Amino acid sequence: MTAVAVSRGWTPWLLAGPALLLFVGIVLVPLAMTVLLSFHDWGQYKGIEPVLILKNWREIIDDSYFHEMFARTLRISVLVTLIAALLGAPEAYILNRMKNPWKGIFLLVILGPLLISVVARTLGWALLFGGETGVVNKALLELGVIEAPLPFMFTETGIVVALSHVLMPFMVLSVWAALQRLDPQVENAATALGASHFTVLRRIVLPQVMPGVLSGGIIVFALAASAFATPAIIGGRRLKVAATLAYDEFLNTLNWPLGAAVAVLLLVALIVIIVGCNRLVERRYAQVFQ
Amino acid sequence: MSFLVLEGLTKRFGDQAAVDSLDLVVEQGEFVSLLGPSGCGKTTTLQMIAGFVEPTSGSILLDGRDLLAIKPSQRGLGIVFQSYALFPHMTAAENVAFGLEMQGVPRAERSQRVSETLALVGLAALADRYPRRMSGGQQQRVALARALVIRPRILLLDEPLSNLDAKLREEMQIELRQIQRTVGTTTILVTHDQAEAMALSDRIVVMNKGRVEQIGRPHEAYEKPASAFVAGFLGKTNVLPAAVEQRNGAAVASIGDGSWPLPAEASGRVTVSVRPEKIAFIDQADCSLAGTVRTRIFQGNHWLYQIDTACGLVTVIRQNAGEMMPAEGAAVRLTWRPQDMTVSPAGQDGRI
Ligand SMILES: Nc1ncnc2c1ncn2[C@@H]1O[C@H](COP(=O)(O)OP(=O)(O)OP(=O)(O)O)[C@@H](O)[C@H]1O
Ligand SMILES: [Mg+2]
Repeated sequence: MTAVAVSRGWTPWLLAGPALLLFVGIVLVPLAMTVLLSFHDWGQYKGIEPVLILKNWREIIDDSYFHEMFARTLRISVLVTLIAALLGAPEAYILNRMKNPWKGIFLLVILGPLLISVVARTLGWALLFGGETGVVNKALLELGVIEAPLPFMFTETGIVVALSHVLMPFMVLSVWAALQRLDPQVENAATALGASHFTVLRRIVLPQVMPGVLSGGIIVFALAASAFATPAIIGGRRLKVAATLAYDEFLNTLNWPLGAAVAVLLLVALIVIIVGCNRLVERRYAQVFQ
Repeated sequence: MSFLVLEGLTKRFGDQAAVDSLDLVVEQGEFVSLLGPSGCGKTTTLQMIAGFVEPTSGSILLDGRDLLAIKPSQRGLGIVFQSYALFPHMTAAENVAFGLEMQGVPRAERSQRVSETLALVGLAALADRYPRRMSGGQQQRVALARALVIRPRILLLDEPLSNLDAKLREEMQIELRQIQRTVGTTTILVTHDQAEAMALSDRIVVMNKGRVEQIGRPHEAYEKPASAFVAGFLGKTNVLPAAVEQRNGAAVASIGDGSWPLPAEASGRVTVSVRPEKIAFIDQADCSLAGTVRTRIFQGNHWLYQIDTACGLVTVIRQNAGEMMPAEGAAVRLTWRPQDMTVSPAGQDGRI
C-alpha cells in the first residue's frame, strides 16, 4: 500500500519531469544568466567583467536616449494595439456574418499572411513606400499627386502601420473565437425588444466580445513591444525600439551587459503591464463569464 | 374579431417545404399551441410571426394590419427563445429593463414595472443576479419576464420548458398558465410535448411535415382525432387493420374475428385506431376481438395490459376498480364502442 502511495506521489513529477527539465534548461537558466549579466561591467578594451555593479541600470535610468527609446516602444505598441482593435474587431464581426463560401475565403485571406514570414511581409511595405523607388510613391509622384515621396521608411508611422498589418490576424482570431461563443438568438432577442441594428451591436454584441478584444489586445501588445524584424527593417538604425537596441548592444557594440539590462527591463515592463491588464479584465468580467 | 390571422403561410428551404400553406386564426387572449414532432415546422412558423424568417408566400395579419410589412424590431411581440437567449452581461433586472429602455419608458416607471414583472414570475429576490449564476428554471422565468414586461401584443414561446426536469416543468406549466390568465396576453406556444400542449392551451394546432393535421380544443382533438397521425401523437393509441364491407346497406368493419358498424364513410382496407382506455373486457359479444393476455402490469390506479390478438399486440388500460382482472395467459375478448374508433385510409399507421 505504502509503495503505491509513494509512487502515486511521485507520478506527477515523473510525468512532468522531461518538460520541466527542458523548461528550466532553455528558459529559466538563460533568463537568470541574462539578469546576472545585466549587473556585470563592460569596457571597450577590457570586455565583460563578472562583477556586480549597477552601472548599466544607472545608465538606462539617467540617459534620456533610453527614456526616449522606451517611450517610443510603448507608444508604438499602444498605437498598434488600438489600431488592431479598431480594425480587427469589426473585421472579425463582418467575417462572422458572411455566408459560407465567402466566409472561408476571407478567413484564409486574413489568416494567410501568418504563413508568410514577417520579414517578407515587412519588406513588402518597404517595396511599396520605400523612398522614391517604392511602387506607390513612384506612381503618386509621376501622377503629380504628391511632390515629395511619402515619408514611410525610418518613421514611427511606418513602423506602426507595418506592425499593425503584421499583428492584425492575432486580434481577428481572438475576436472571432469570442464571436463563436455568441448565441445568435441573443441578437434576435434584442431586435424583438425593439433595438436597432446599431444598438444591438453596441449594447449586446460588443460587451460580449470585449473579453476577446482585450485578450487579443494583450497578445498584440506583447508581440508589438517585443517585435524585432519589422522595426529593424522599417526603423533601421535611426529609429530604435527596445528589441532592436538590445540586439545592437549585443551584436554591434558588443556591450552585452547593457543589452541584457535593456532586455530585462523590457521583459519586466511587459510582465507588469500584461499581468495588470489581465487582472483588470478578469475582475471586470468575472461576474459575467464564469 | 379575429386577432392574429395566418393565411396560406408557406416557407420553402430549397424545394423542401418547412411550412406548407398554414391557415390559423387566433382570438385575442387565446392560448394556442403548435404541436408536432421534431422538424415539422413549428419553430419556422413562430420565426415567421416574429419576423426572423421571411415567408415564401402567404400573409400574416395582426389586428387587421399586415405584419409582414413591419420590421421585426417594430412588431412589439414578446418572444421566449428555446435557448432563453438572455443577455449574459446584464443582471436579471437589466435584462428585463432592456425592452422598456428601447421603448423610451422613463427611468422611474421602468424600474417599477421591472420589479412588478420580476415579482410576477417569482424572482424579486434575484433581480441583481447574472444569468450564469441562475438555474435553468430561473433563467427561463427571466426570459418570460423580459418578454412580458413590454406588454407584448402576442407572446411567442418556443419550447420554453424543454430544458427543465420533469418536476420543474410541471411547476412552470402551472405558473405559465396562471400568468397568462392574469395578464391575458394572446400566447402561441411551440412544443413537441403533447401533455404540455393539452394542459396549457385553449386550442391545439397539430402539425406534421409542415402541414396542419388538426386544429381544435385539447379534449376535442384527443377524443375526435382527425387522422391516425393525430390519434397517435396525442396520447397512446392502438392501430388495427380493418376491412370495410357493405352489409344490409350499412358499412361494417371487420377487425380480426369481430365486426363493428362504422360511423363514418369508408370502404376497402382501412386502419382503425382505438385508445387503450376505451377498450373493455367482455365475455361474449358481436363487437369483440379474441386474444390472450401476454403481460399485465399493475400501476396503482390502473392496470396496463398487452393482449396478443389476430391483429397484433393491443394495449389496454383498465381503471383499478377493485375487481378481479384477467391474469396473464387468460383468454379474453376485447370490445369498444363504434364511436371510439378513428378510421383512416390503410397505410397510415399514425406512428411517428
Ligand atoms: N435555415 C434552414 N435551412 C434549411 N432548412 C431548414 C432551415 N431551418 C429549418 N429547416 C428545415 O425546416 C424544417 C422545419 O424546421 P423547424 O425548425 O421549424 O422544425 P421544428 O418543428 O421547430 O422542430 P424541433 O421540434 O426539432 O425544433 C426541418 O426539416 C428543417 O430541417
Ligand atoms: Mg424548433
